[in-house]
Amino acid sequence: MSRRGWIYALPVLLFVGLMAGFYYGLQIDSTVLPSALIDEPAPRFDLPPLPGHEPGFSSADLSGHVSLVNTFASWCTPCRAEHPILTALAATKRVAIYGIDYKDKQEAALAWIAALGNPYTRIGADNGRVGIDWGVYGVPETFVVDRQGRIRYKHVGPLTQADLDRTILPLVAQLER
Amino acid sequence: MITEIGHFSLVLALCVAVLQASLPLYGAARGEAALIAWARPAALAQFLFVAIAFGALMHAYAVSDFSLANVAANSNSLKPLLYKLSGVWSNHEGSMLLWVFILALFGAAVAAFSRNLPPALRARVLAVQAMIGVGFLLFILLTSNPFQRLWPAPADGMGLNPVLQDPGLAFHPPWLYLGYVGFSISFCFAIAALIEGRVDPAWARWVRPWTLAAWCALTIGIAMGSWWAYYTLGWGGWWFWDPVENASFMPWLVGTALLHSAVVVEKREALKTWTILLAIIAFSLSLVGTFLVRSGVLTSVHAFASDPLRGVFILLLLSIYTGGALLLFAWRAPQLQGGGLFAPISREGGLLLNNLLLTTAAATVFIGTLYPLLLDVVAHRKVSVGPPFYTMTFVPIMVPLLVAMAIGPMLPWKRGDLIAALARLKFAFLATALAALVTLAVTGAQSIGAACGLSLAAWLFAATLTELAERVRLFAEPRGVLRRALSLPRAAWGMTLAHGGMAVVIAGITGSNAWTEERIVTARPGDNFAIAGYTIALDAVNEVTGADYTATRADLRLIRNGHQVAALHPEKRFYPVENGNSTGVAIRTNLLSDIYAVIGDGDGKGGYVLRLYWNPLVPWIWLGAVVMALGGVISLTDRRHRVGAPVRRARAVAATTVQAAE
Repeated sequence: MSRRGWIYALPVLLFVGLMAGFYYGLQIDSTVLPSALIDEPAPRFDLPPLPGHEPGFSSADLSGHVSLVNTFASWCTPCRAEHPILTALAATKRVAIYGIDYKDKQEAALAWIAALGNPYTRIGADNGRVGIDWGVYGVPETFVVDRQGRIRYKHVGPLTQADLDRTILPLVAQLER
Repeated sequence: MITEIGHFSLVLALCVAVLQASLPLYGAARGEAALIAWARPAALAQFLFVAIAFGALMHAYAVSDFSLANVAANSNSLKPLLYKLSGVWSNHEGSMLLWVFILALFGAAVAAFSRNLPPALRARVLAVQAMIGVGFLLFILLTSNPFQRLWPAPADGMGLNPVLQDPGLAFHPPWLYLGYVGFSISFCFAIAALIEGRVDPAWARWVRPWTLAAWCALTIGIAMGSWWAYYTLGWGGWWFWDPVENASFMPWLVGTALLHSAVVVEKREALKTWTILLAIIAFSLSLVGTFLVRSGVLTSVHAFASDPLRGVFILLLLSIYTGGALLLFAWRAPQLQGGGLFAPISREGGLLLNNLLLTTAAATVFIGTLYPLLLDVVAHRKVSVGPPFYTMTFVPIMVPLLVAMAIGPMLPWKRGDLIAALARLKFAFLATALAALVTLAVTGAQSIGAACGLSLAAWLFAATLTELAERVRLFAEPRGVLRRALSLPRAAWGMTLAHGGMAVVIAGITGSNAWTEERIVTARPGDNFAIAGYTIALDAVNEVTGADYTATRADLRLIRNGHQVAALHPEKRFYPVENGNSTGVAIRTNLLSDIYAVIGDGDGKGGYVLRLYWNPLVPWIWLGAVVMALGGVISLTDRRHRVGAPVRRARAVAATTVQAAE
């Protein structure tokens, strides 16, 4: 091998680095997004209601009790998948669920709620502005908010029963203690 | 029953592939002719078995056999036959089977059409190809089996995502895969050359048609994908720099570089190791593309189908193939004999510059696509990289590339004279200046960017024509031009068309970026709207029923100077089975510009949201892409690919004749 032989090994070395990156990329559970807002007070907002589901939803609603804040939209297929889990949870009255209807059309959202059921204590219609404050990356996302109105946990993607049983409900119980 | 035959046939294909991957390689190393001869029939048999499996899945979709989990999840009895069949590759399992089918198809093509290849080289190429086949057949059988039965069988299927029910998308994946997988042949040739320790002009000439075929298919596939995005997504845009698009664009950029560097190997025996490396990278990027799209690494948040096990499996395959190839490269490439020297200003120099710019462009797209992933790994932060990044990085790379693309073909091999070449381009300079001035005069000084884009396109187009004119001696000797034009090598015509097509694409991109007009209005029947000198009248909005959807359909009239030019019928479709919507965009094109209309939701009071666009020069993007692909096809029919000219012993003679022909 000549003195410049190392240059031929460069591609394979770069490739090994890349593969390591890919491998770690696969390990990261992409549904656990770190949020800059964890342990920070929830942003202040005051969202208008969907017609027929008054009143709207504002940051004042969140203090005094532990709650879940769920972003959803009628155009979002994963939201449809997690919806039965939310309605079942709402039926148990275990914890208050608030909804942020994210970048949605009013009629479509109303039809969606009418067809699939309404698990939400209150719903606020957001044109996207409040979503930015919450650091919404894509719907659905679910936040756990404590009694003081601080965000304690963020779940990205559709909720499964396992997520509820293993992570969210234990956390709610812990925060209520 | 047919399903089980398909499944069984896939297992048989795996067995054949295992033999094809091992015996010929061993035979080539030991010089045992019987084992070497194994490669061809094995490649044909492997193709036959994969084809049976693929046919079985097609059959299941055609007859709507919902006892197959894959069919039940992705098809529906109400769908038109075309979309039943295209449903085969609209999902993960089926598209992986299509991938392997095309891989085996290319293997069989090499077996069938390369009688003039030395048997040992052919055996090695086919063996390496079979190694890839083994990996992906295992992947399908172990993690993504499309022949999984479902019991009890549902009465009807869940349907296909409405957005995918479109003729453009029905044919887009097969073309794309022809391109992706076609690069596997260049890859196999590169590995075989590394094993043999020999790269020579004959090798470059054998590898070139396969690269060219893959490149043409990929060009068409990408163009189709962007055309589909343009007319079905309903945003008026045609390229969004999303990871899936980038995944197809990166192999295209590197494949384009490979096409050009292979020319240097063929004509001048230079850039050998670089060409080998490009062949490895082009196919590796195809694999990365498959990995990114199929593992859900990048689109994870919303990707339902993402499955970490599959991701790890594809990652493993990628590590084995690319990692193995690059290790082999590190070991063997230093021993390859260097080739002819050349001055920086020369045809070779121009092609090298092309290579550097194209690979830099590919690296840029690569970084833009993977940066979010790497940042997530390193710093646990989520970001997304959008069009501004690409505009900032891509344009500065493309501008010198386009400038050089015009000059390169004017330079002779070995050593050229830049000043003399530029002097021969005086008409191109004139055209450039004219394009800039006319653009500024017509549209005003604020469209300076557009003027630059159009003058670049004019520069490239005029220079390409100049080069052609010189080749046929249009001005020097006008008599007999036609005869000389017809007797030009097809490869020369191919280059002219491909470069000219590129100029047309650049003009289209410039026009669509600079002058698109958009109007979003709430309209009631009877309303009129003006856009770009046209009037659009909304006559009525009706509810109509299609094969498996219902739609809100607008009747629009496109009027110019009081005369009706066309009737436009944009639709907003609702698919009850899939419970989803799709947009039926209405487009009226006159090949210079498009009028593009989309109907949105009603406001419940008789008004509807209408989005109207005037997209100037946009049709040229696809027109140019088709011309480019056509250039590739014509180059593919060049005599030197058809005639078994490149015999290694006679290569000195062959090289001289080629140079004489230039």
